[in-house]
Amino acid sequence: MIESLDPRIKRAAISTDNNIEPLSPLDQWETYEVFHQKKRGDQHMHVGIVHAANPEMALVFAKEQFGRRGLSANIWVVNTRHVFASTYEDADIFETTSEKIYREAGGYKVMDKINQYKKSQKA
Amino acid sequence: MNVAAIKELLYKVADDQLVIGHRNSEWTGLGPILEEDIAFSSMAQDKLGHAQGCYQILHDLGEAEPDQIAFSRKANQFHNCHFVELPNGEYDFSLMRHFLFDHADQIRFEMFANSSFEPLAKLAKKVKGEIKYHVFHGNTWINKLSTANEVSHIRMQTALNESWNYALGIFEAGSFETELKNEGIFEGENALQNRWLEVVCPLLEKAGLKVPEQHTWEPVLGGRRGYHLAHLEALVTEMSEVFQIDPTATW
Repeated sequence: MIESLDPRIKRAAISTDNNIEPLSPLDQWETYEVFHQKKRGDQHMHVGIVHAANPEMALVFAKEQFGRRGLSANIWVVNTRHVFASTYEDADIFETTSEKIYREAGGYKVMDKINQYKKSQKA
Repeated sequence: MNVAAIKELLYKVADDQLVIGHRNSEWTGLGPILEEDIAFSSMAQDKLGHAQGCYQILHDLGEAEPDQIAFSRKANQFHNCHFVELPNGEYDFSLMRHFLFDHADQIRFEMFANSSFEPLAKLAKKVKGEIKYHVFHGNTWINKLSTANEVSHIRMQTALNESWNYALGIFEAGSFETELKNEGIFEGENALQNRWLEVVCPLLEKAGLKVPEQHTWEPVLGGRRGYHLAHLEALVTEMSEVFQIDPTATW
């Protein structure tokens, strides 16, 4: 007969001298990165991860974790192993020196010239 | 419009939803992993919503308020099948029940979407997406566990064997099968069962499971007529515990 697993009805028979050992890596499911799209045409945004046994199951879980509330059009899941990432040791590649202002839009003061040109066209 | 026939149909469908919703919600906090716990609990809530939708139509037809219907009846006034009132057992059984029940649910509500009884057709269109997800979830798990390893395969096969005759009990004929069909309200339990078999048998076989031999099929009947296992009484008592403290309270 089918027995209840509800702890209020039947307590699990756990031995008292249990030596808990940490799980080996393969005893745990892999993680999948979840990308959520609010409406068609929008970019998919990274929203978090789920644990799952396969990609299909990752989609099943992602829908409930991240698509349960608000607008949703589409979800992507990507096995975390398949994400190729930069390292934090190399974070200095994002640093930039202040004298390269010519590479930014703010480095160009052209409004005066534009206004002058507009004026000359009106005249 | 045959109101008595519609009422009988709605009561059994709603009670199935309410009871399986409550059963599945018993897994909340005990699920195998966090993500699954959330998904299974969320689907259990959907089922309560579907039950409420049916009770609301019943109320519009002159029956009591949805909360009154759900929480004020005795176990022998429920019309759910035995399958949904069985205790949860282990997760293999709960998943198998979820898989078998929700496929029947999906086909039933697809039929309802074409019903000549408009409130039912409207409700069916509203819940379509939720049921589709429930089926997607069930299919994914059944496939995965039935093919993962020997232990999980044996567990799923055992769960299927234990479930099968109860699942056939979903399709217990009501007293108005002919009337419902003639008036275009619902195609009937027999048609539903045939379509269900056409859908679930190939899926189970694809997952490597053996559907019990047809000569062993013995549908577990009686639930639709108010005969229940002792499990339902305990469930109803627990489910209505808070409501019964003050039945007139507004929430």
